[in-house]
Amino acid sequence: MADKSVAGADAIAGKGWWKAHQWLILRRVSQLSILALFLLGPLAGVWIVKGNLAASMTLDFLPLTDPHVLLQSVLSGVVPELSAIVGVVIVIAFYLLVGGRVYCSWVCPVNMVTDAAAWLRRKLGIKSASQLALSTRYWMLGLTLVLPLVTGSLVWELFNPVSMLFRGIVFGMGMAWILIVGVFLFDLFIAKNGWCGRLCPVGAFYSLLGVGSAIRIVAAERERCNDCMDCFVVCPEKQVIRPALKGADKGIGPVILSANCTNCGRCIDVCAKDVFQFGTRFNNLVVNASGKSVDDGKQHTVQP
Amino acid sequence: MSDSGDGKGKGVNRRQFLSQTLKTACGVGLMGMGLGFYAKQAESLPAMAIRPPGALSEKDFLGACIRCGLCVRDCPYDILSLGQLGDEVATGTPYFYARTDPCEMCEDIPCVVACPTNALDHGLTNINDARMGLAVLVDQETCIAFQGLRCEVCFNVCPIRGKAISLEYEHNVRSGKHARFLPIVHSDACTGCGLCEKACILEEAAIKVFPTHLAKGELGGHYRLGWKEKEKAGKSLVTPDVEHRYNLPEGVRYDLQGKGLIVEPEGGQPMPLPSNPLDRLNRGLENQ
Repeated sequence: MADKSVAGADAIAGKGWWKAHQWLILRRVSQLSILALFLLGPLAGVWIVKGNLAASMTLDFLPLTDPHVLLQSVLSGVVPELSAIVGVVIVIAFYLLVGGRVYCSWVCPVNMVTDAAAWLRRKLGIKSASQLALSTRYWMLGLTLVLPLVTGSLVWELFNPVSMLFRGIVFGMGMAWILIVGVFLFDLFIAKNGWCGRLCPVGAFYSLLGVGSAIRIVAAERERCNDCMDCFVVCPEKQVIRPALKGADKGIGPVILSANCTNCGRCIDVCAKDVFQFGTRFNNLVVNASGKSVDDGKQHTVQP
Repeated sequence: MSDSGDGKGKGVNRRQFLSQTLKTACGVGLMGMGLGFYAKQAESLPAMAIRPPGALSEKDFLGACIRCGLCVRDCPYDILSLGQLGDEVATGTPYFYARTDPCEMCEDIPCVVACPTNALDHGLTNINDARMGLAVLVDQETCIAFQGLRCEVCFNVCPIRGKAISLEYEHNVRSGKHARFLPIVHSDACTGCGLCEKACILEEAAIKVFPTHLAKGELGGHYRLGWKEKEKAGKSLVTPDVEHRYNLPEGVRYDLQGKGLIVEPEGGQPMPLPSNPLDRLNRGLENQ
């Protein structure tokens, strides 16, 4: 078996480097181009997108609003303008389709920081398990919503590393880099995937938003799995893989239904056997030992 | 988790679940308190940082502003900045410094139009109704108009010239023959745009824009000004003064225009007292 410090060594050997990093590269392109679009205005004077991830205006026509930030604001007692409401409806509709945590893996700039920490952690062989419960982020989410209710002010947005990093890059960083270094070190030494996977209330919000989202990762060819564990090594939320990948005997379908899956597609990259692919939640059929399709009873049936 | 009392490795038992939940809840709760208290400090606004036009009261503003920076982008004069971590202004919220970049008071108020949450109140449609702050002539000791020199720069740059800042003419006591042209700010018209502060010719401006709550005094709620109450009621609300009378001897009356005490001889012309009071004193002595 390949060296575990290079996740997906088998996949690189089998499919070539590009194919084994396909979705990772696409994600980086997505994250960086979103940043570039916002930076084009202040740096080059080309105003395609104005604002930041909290609320933006594209070509003076398309408003987009972050539902988590707007919700905090509404809880503090604000009636938003129509543009904010239109913006938030568009954003919610988008993530309902593609999966809430697509925000985390394809948009959020902190993802690059925590991915870097996770990568370095594997390289250095640092093994410190997170002491935080997986549910901590939902408590954090509750906190971010209770604080504006109690104080009448967007307290979380004074600290939120997610909005701060993006706003920092577009509008000026100040001391915010300290928070970002903090997140990096926390993920590197204290808790594996600690920020995104345990603490971040923004991710928790988008998890809940994407509970029923259509586009999902599917372990479609799970019988090919050779137990190399590469997907578990790279996955930032590895608890989501097991039911879909190993649940055939228990009658669990191959679709990764957990809302915590970020749809990052890294498992697709690193799998030498091409077990995973993007699909929809509506094709969650269990093929049992006799080769007969059975509905898992939860999702509606599409005949294969 | 492996030392679960159940022996069934299927997860956690009730006790572990409760203690884990309690631990997390307490941790997050403590953190929330910390954040809440720190936020109180982090949200204090320095006196020189002025919010854009239409900004709600600071307390409401901090709940309404989602820190998107759209007002910053739509300001044609690029005067606005977003607070950064480490600044004295709450992180991500917009402000400007009047001394360097005052508000130019655009008629269409693009910053307000851009705001998606009404943190900048969309009810503000006339920029002259904006109350970003209030200009205050903070230092009469350095303002050269108060030294008797002609300046009037703040008066002349004021977008609501003559109403927000007027000139009051006053006798120059020092020279004895000149007038002083004193700039006076009127809070019923001043928008707090800060053009006067920017224009002040001093090294450090003598006229400064402050948030209104810092600049304005407020009369106690119980206080009544007699002459205003009189005007409102159409008559005096207290017992009118009795007509004033001097206790003067017979044949003497007091009239200042007639230069004081006037002795009226019986049947004759009124004869003012001599201009030198000593004359009268001396005469009194002679009489004795």
